[in-house]
Amino acid sequence: MTGETRYADDLVLPRMAHAKLLRSSHAHARIRGIDTTRARALPGVLAVITGADLPRVRFGILPVSQDEEALCTEKVRMVGDAVAAVAAVDEETAEQACRLIDVAWEPLPALMSIEESLAHPEVRIHEYGDGPNVHKSVALQFGDVEAAFARADLVREDTFYYEGSTHLPLEQHAAVAHWGPDGKLTLWSSTQTPHYVHRLLAKILDVPAAHVRVVAAPVGGGFGGKLDPFAHEIAACHLSRLTGRPVKIALTREEVFYVHRGRHPVLMWLKTGFTRQGDITGCHIKTWLDGGAYGSYGVASTFYTGVINPVSYKMPVYKFEGARIFTNKPPCGPKRGHGTPQPRFALEVQLDRAAEQLGLDPAAMRRRIVTEPFTKTANHLTVTTTGLAECIDRVVEASGWRTKWRGWRAGEAPSEKKRGVGLACSAYMTGAGTAIYWNAMPHSGVVLRADRSGAVALLCGATDIGQGSDSILASFAAEVLGIALKDVHVHPADTTLTPVDLGSYSSRVTLMCGMATIQAAERLRGAIFEAVAKKLEVAPGALVARGGRVGVPEDWDTAVPFAQAVELGEAMHGVLAFPGSYAPPRRAGKYKGGGVGPSPCYSYTASVVDLSVDEETGEIELHDVWIAHDVGRALNPLLVEGQVEGSVYMGIGEALMEEQVFRKGLHKTPSMLDYKSPTTLETPDIHTILVETDDPEGPFGAKEAGQGPLLPIMPAIANAVYHAVGVRIDEVPITPDKILRALEARRRGKPARVGPEKLPLFAFKEPVVVESAFGQPADAVVVRPFQAERLA
Amino acid sequence: MNPQTVEPRMKARIALSVNDQPHELLVPVHKTLLEVLREDLGLTGTKHGCELGECGTCTVLVDGEPVLSCLALPVELEGRRITTVEGLAEGGRLHPLQQAFAELGAAQCGYCTPGVLLTAQALLAAEALPPRDRIREALAGNLCRCTGYTKILDAVELAALRLSRGARAGAGR
Repeated sequence: MTGETRYADDLVLPRMAHAKLLRSSHAHARIRGIDTTRARALPGVLAVITGADLPRVRFGILPVSQDEEALCTEKVRMVGDAVAAVAAVDEETAEQACRLIDVAWEPLPALMSIEESLAHPEVRIHEYGDGPNVHKSVALQFGDVEAAFARADLVREDTFYYEGSTHLPLEQHAAVAHWGPDGKLTLWSSTQTPHYVHRLLAKILDVPAAHVRVVAAPVGGGFGGKLDPFAHEIAACHLSRLTGRPVKIALTREEVFYVHRGRHPVLMWLKTGFTRQGDITGCHIKTWLDGGAYGSYGVASTFYTGVINPVSYKMPVYKFEGARIFTNKPPCGPKRGHGTPQPRFALEVQLDRAAEQLGLDPAAMRRRIVTEPFTKTANHLTVTTTGLAECIDRVVEASGWRTKWRGWRAGEAPSEKKRGVGLACSAYMTGAGTAIYWNAMPHSGVVLRADRSGAVALLCGATDIGQGSDSILASFAAEVLGIALKDVHVHPADTTLTPVDLGSYSSRVTLMCGMATIQAAERLRGAIFEAVAKKLEVAPGALVARGGRVGVPEDWDTAVPFAQAVELGEAMHGVLAFPGSYAPPRRAGKYKGGGVGPSPCYSYTASVVDLSVDEETGEIELHDVWIAHDVGRALNPLLVEGQVEGSVYMGIGEALMEEQVFRKGLHKTPSMLDYKSPTTLETPDIHTILVETDDPEGPFGAKEAGQGPLLPIMPAIANAVYHAVGVRIDEVPITPDKILRALEARRRGKPARVGPEKLPLFAFKEPVVVESAFGQPADAVVVRPFQAERLA
Repeated sequence: MNPQTVEPRMKARIALSVNDQPHELLVPVHKTLLEVLREDLGLTGTKHGCELGECGTCTVLVDGEPVLSCLALPVELEGRRITTVEGLAEGGRLHPLQQAFAELGAAQCGYCTPGVLLTAQALLAAEALPPRDRIREALAGNLCRCTGYTKILDAVELAALRLSRGARAGAGR
């Protein structure tokens, strides 16, 4: 706002050197040798390193996928893999030196698609996994889906393709490393997960974790793209160790496209049985994920393409088979919505088709099949509160759905620019129920320290990536302690100072750090109340804290100012510093794979999109988006609306234009000129409606808002396009050329559809067969670690 | 290529006026305004996003007009009046645009915000009460990946309203 926020690239330290990485220009190649002689000779160069200079450790964010090297030693698996790094007196010299490094390459065949990777088992991208070029294959079955299809009035089988896209944060990743003369390493980085980076740096650099400090600088846009440990961070640390200077490294925009970890391209087959009334009898989904060159979060992504759909609608039996395939492209990972937008697109478009075949209003049909609160899904996830029915009602009302939709009349309007409306819904997690590495410790920790000035310091590992977590956490502490927001000072994301928070991902921070903050604040308030009670000669239970004072409501004149209350508390107890801890309720399904999907609670969203399609050009013009989101409770409506609107925007980008695609091993669009994303002109008016359900699991009833609202946008647009011109585009992005192709197909008497025509020949593993838990009541007794006193 | 043949970098002595402060600088001639602002003048409020003039993140004002500082060369800007986000607030008081952005949550991660503010400032200087579509058009060159633009448009409208009221009140006195 004022230009004062210090992002990682804004940091400048005395004697700071600048680093650059040399990246592969081959999609797949063996490294025969690297000669750095000429680079070292360049004046101004301070150090040149290759993988041979680093400990021979492979790493990855997930314990099951340790397949990355900061600087590749034997082979590269994608254009953009780093092979060497240079530190120099300035960036330009470092860049020049990179060009003077000679690498002897032996090119290998590049596998650039799911089909190619499966068709060429003789070319192996990695030596591990569930088969040649198969990173992970999973299969879960909850009940007998074949029997469910047999008793259905309508069974639909559809195939869909969801193209990959990237996060495109406006801030390119940057890091500053300083390996001090005391042997301790500090890394300031634009990361969403300082804790995981801390743990992995210790392993990768072979230094004691106790001597590593990771500080997350304010992040200039994350969306999941800054959740892994990266080559540039590791190289900067090692170069600092070698040169004895702080080392800064800032990625170029092109490099950010290679770092990626974005949306997986996913090919999907979905089979669902329906009754005449629109109830689902059972559902079976198969997904093939194009994972790119490394594991990253891919195992979790694979599960997420299967496990969340049952949370929104009643699906008595359910089967999921998924496989993630390695290709020679930048690795995919956890972009906003992580693995769930793709199957959501498939499900919501298929529901639309089923509604048409059954002659039902798609809004009313969905309204009928929403899950019941406080029940379990077929795959053993616990639904607590759900506001999905209300969300549907509210967008139907606000958008004028009944007058705009007017039945299944697709493509019948006479004008050239045809108008249509589409509706879709979704559900999303409020924080992952399990940590990335299994452990019994808190997922979020907070320390609150009251100062004699009346200020309160809030130390928390959470990273503000623009979602406003710092201000939300401060407001929780202020609320419990009855003090002004301005008097709470948040000190975030510094691994030597702040208790661990696992990171800003899976929409977990408001809930988990929030619950930890509330606990710490209640403990602090308890200590203060005890001291004030003694002075005022009242029972602690009679006291309240509000308006910066602590006292008895009936005798408010005697209430003491908060600063004085702190002094009384400190005189009685010593230093007033209290921890708060949170770990999600233990609800993972008791089967292999049951750890992915559980969440304390789920958010729900419904959206209606109104658009026009030009049949001459195939262009889509969005007019309005109505979106109703069940956020549990909107603690800061402005921030929640901002999250919803931003999600809608990002969904529009994925629906209409964004694609991370490749040609002959090369990224087709590695710049912001070529990679299209929506500007103000393509973003329509967004009408946000917040629905409140007051979830017992959330802090003051709150659920997530930052990811779920993205999910219904792509299918709502696809459904609206069908409503407007009568063609089904079963893949995103929905570009003008696809619409024209589908219209042309219809003119030739062929199916008015563009989408995948065939599926790979692939044998999934035998499914883990578990009984469906559908409709069972939520567990009456839930273990909530560290929160026992709140329940008492 | 022989490293010894790398050309010495030609430097030029230039005088720049940034946020009404004169600066005498000796900079390589190929250094962009963005680099000079951030690296030589310590004005890190101006951000870089794409390096090729597409995202609008590095926008500054030159004589009141929005200019992409990643494409501008300081050697060509001598004698011109450059304004960065650091020059927007006056006397410790937020500019009405900044105030409106804060109140309406128009900044999330904040990275695009300096560029958006300056583009909006140029618009409001030229047009007191622009309609929403005009604001959309003016800001079409500034990408924001967080907000969905809604609150940005709201905030510019609010600031425009306040500025014009303030101007009317000022004229009435």
